[in-house]
Amino acid sequence: MKFVTEFRDPVAARALIKEITALAKDQPPRKFMEVCGGHTHAIYRHGIETLLPESIEMVHGPGCPVCVIPMGRIDDAIAVASREGVTMCCFGDMMRVPGGKSTLLEAKANGADVRIVYSPLDALAIAEREPDREVVFLAVGFETTAPSTAVTAMQARERKVSNFSIFCNHVTIVPPVKAILDSPGMSLDGFLGPGHVSTVIGTGPYEFVPREYGLPLVAAGFEPVDILQGVAMLLRQLAEGRCEVENQYKRVVRDGGNTAALKILGQVFTIRPHFEWRGLGFIAQSALALNEDFAEFDAELKFEVPGVRVADPKACQCGEVLKGAIRPWECKVFGSACTPETPIGTCMVSSEGACAAYFNYGRFRAKTRIPVTST
Amino acid sequence: MSTQDERDQVLARIEQWKLRPPKLTDEVVTMAHGAGGKASQSLTEAVFKAAYGGPQLDRLDDGAVLDVPPGSRIVFTTDAFVVTPRKFAGGSLGDLAINGTVNDLAVMGATPKWLTVSAVLEEGLPMDELRDIVGDVAAAAAKAGVEIVAGDTKVVERGAADGCYLTTSGIGVLSSDRQLGADQVQPGDVVLVSGTIGDHGMAVILARGDLALDANIESDTAPLHEATAALLEAVPMTRWMRDPTRGGLASACNELAAAANVGVSLFEESLPVNPPVNGACELLGLDPLYVANEGKFVAVVPADQVDAALEALRAVPVSAGAVAIGEINDEHPGMVVAHTPFGGSRIVDMLVGAPLPRIC
Repeated sequence: MKFVTEFRDPVAARALIKEITALAKDQPPRKFMEVCGGHTHAIYRHGIETLLPESIEMVHGPGCPVCVIPMGRIDDAIAVASREGVTMCCFGDMMRVPGGKSTLLEAKANGADVRIVYSPLDALAIAEREPDREVVFLAVGFETTAPSTAVTAMQARERKVSNFSIFCNHVTIVPPVKAILDSPGMSLDGFLGPGHVSTVIGTGPYEFVPREYGLPLVAAGFEPVDILQGVAMLLRQLAEGRCEVENQYKRVVRDGGNTAALKILGQVFTIRPHFEWRGLGFIAQSALALNEDFAEFDAELKFEVPGVRVADPKACQCGEVLKGAIRPWECKVFGSACTPETPIGTCMVSSEGACAAYFNYGRFRAKTRIPVTST
Repeated sequence: MSTQDERDQVLARIEQWKLRPPKLTDEVVTMAHGAGGKASQSLTEAVFKAAYGGPQLDRLDDGAVLDVPPGSRIVFTTDAFVVTPRKFAGGSLGDLAINGTVNDLAVMGATPKWLTVSAVLEEGLPMDELRDIVGDVAAAAAKAGVEIVAGDTKVVERGAADGCYLTTSGIGVLSSDRQLGADQVQPGDVVLVSGTIGDHGMAVILARGDLALDANIESDTAPLHEATAALLEAVPMTRWMRDPTRGGLASACNELAAAANVGVSLFEESLPVNPPVNGACELLGLDPLYVANEGKFVAVVPADQVDAALEALRAVPVSAGAVAIGEINDEHPGMVVAHTPFGGSRIVDMLVGAPLPRIC
């Protein structure tokens, strides 16, 4: 597969592992946070954790859009979806995210019209095809997915699709990173920056990490070779006493980001004064809402949403996991009460969630590596 | 001519007319076709019997009487088919209904012989589409060398079902000395797969059309009885076979690991995946290990028999792409572990829920 297999090349990977091992030998143990859930998934999917030297710990950050959705917002989505005449469209991952009492999957089984779409434009198409339904798109995600929601809102307005609206839960990446850096007991040595978000916002917004917190950040891609190279670049910075924002993902990420995407984000969204994050609590200016020009497409204005804040389950330590304070298996309910089938916390739902990724891929560490043969 | 004669003539004509094969002129399936009367009879005659009638089915008895070779055992299985859409690149509902049951028998080591086909039809199903489906059933049965010996048809009100559901049950004949099963699997054995994985699942997902994704991917639906027979002949010590349908290869291996209480190691770079399937999976965030197959099987053979097994499998067209993909060990009983090309490893667990694409 062009543009994929090259970045899964075992020879390149082995060379990088060698370099990482050599660099790590002369340094104290390092804790790096990969901010993005896509990294977490790839790290487990390709067994990268099992390859890194023991002195390097990867901490799984808050960059999984499913994992940071608070339960109250899911309850709101269920309330809207359960209304007569409403069709709720969402990404597949959202179906099993637990709200205060149930999930969208359960709401669907109980008669709500909940449909999985792969793009917000699919939801808009449903609205045009079924003018008698009130079609609501459950928008989630960071700056990566927000532009496609923005384009959809613009098209809805252009085509005057009055039975379409957006329940907006878009969040931004910088505020939670800041919140983590400000949290007590923070012990990170550097960040693997989110590759896909960076394609939109560029690398500029991360400059505060080295400037204000003295930590290196490398924006990296999602293939094994990308991630390994990102880790090597972090170690090299630390070895050379440098501390800066570097871009490993140059084939996709421009330093200035995607100006066209940034422009439409500005046209459609406004920053919320504050927004609740699962496990991290309220973070100021960390989320997007549709602005006044698009108020007619704002599901929160169109429908009454309960808006009840639901406290995270006491036993759940998603917050600590997201902050990197504990590792997934150190959570009290990991693998016992909380499993991918019956998740308590959101980190166990999406395959990008730190807990689900660890549960699915990471429980086993080969004592002796079996040589690779192919027939 | 007397009045009596005239009346007799008319009655005789009526009798004659009643003997004619019933004609089916309806353009859609109606409730009458499931009511057991003349319309049902005409449907049976003009659609089902016309497509796959045979010595057993044509008698229209309440059951089929089957002659089992002396000294052999029978394998009996059943499966329901509700695929949507009913036609997709590389196959159809009718193909699946036959191949699915034939393959269940084949991987049990049996020679598939007799099948029954039951249809649940939704009122309003176009008769032409039903003829197509039944035609596919007939063609697939002929290809698999099985006889359809009994069947049933029910019609439900519009909205109570989605078009057409088929259920097939099948009987295969198994020689009395064949020992196949998870309890035969031992550490050191080798895991084989008969060809590329994930083709069927991706073909159906693409055929649903809601992805706006176009790729040259065809379902692999096919009967496997020739391939399993070739393997068993070349390697009578074959331990275990399974067709990895829903849940994919990952689920089949997990079932093996649990049933045999052994570890299964898969070598990721040996897994055969067609490039378009790999590309579509990559785009959708799916793992081909979890995507359904309908014309592949996974087998465990003793390590010293791998070459003989692969040679036999590769000589049969349906398993021409057979390769070794893993090993059985006692290091992690009950667990399936995939080894990545650069020496990393990960757990390959059972599928949870439906495969949900990742979103970023």
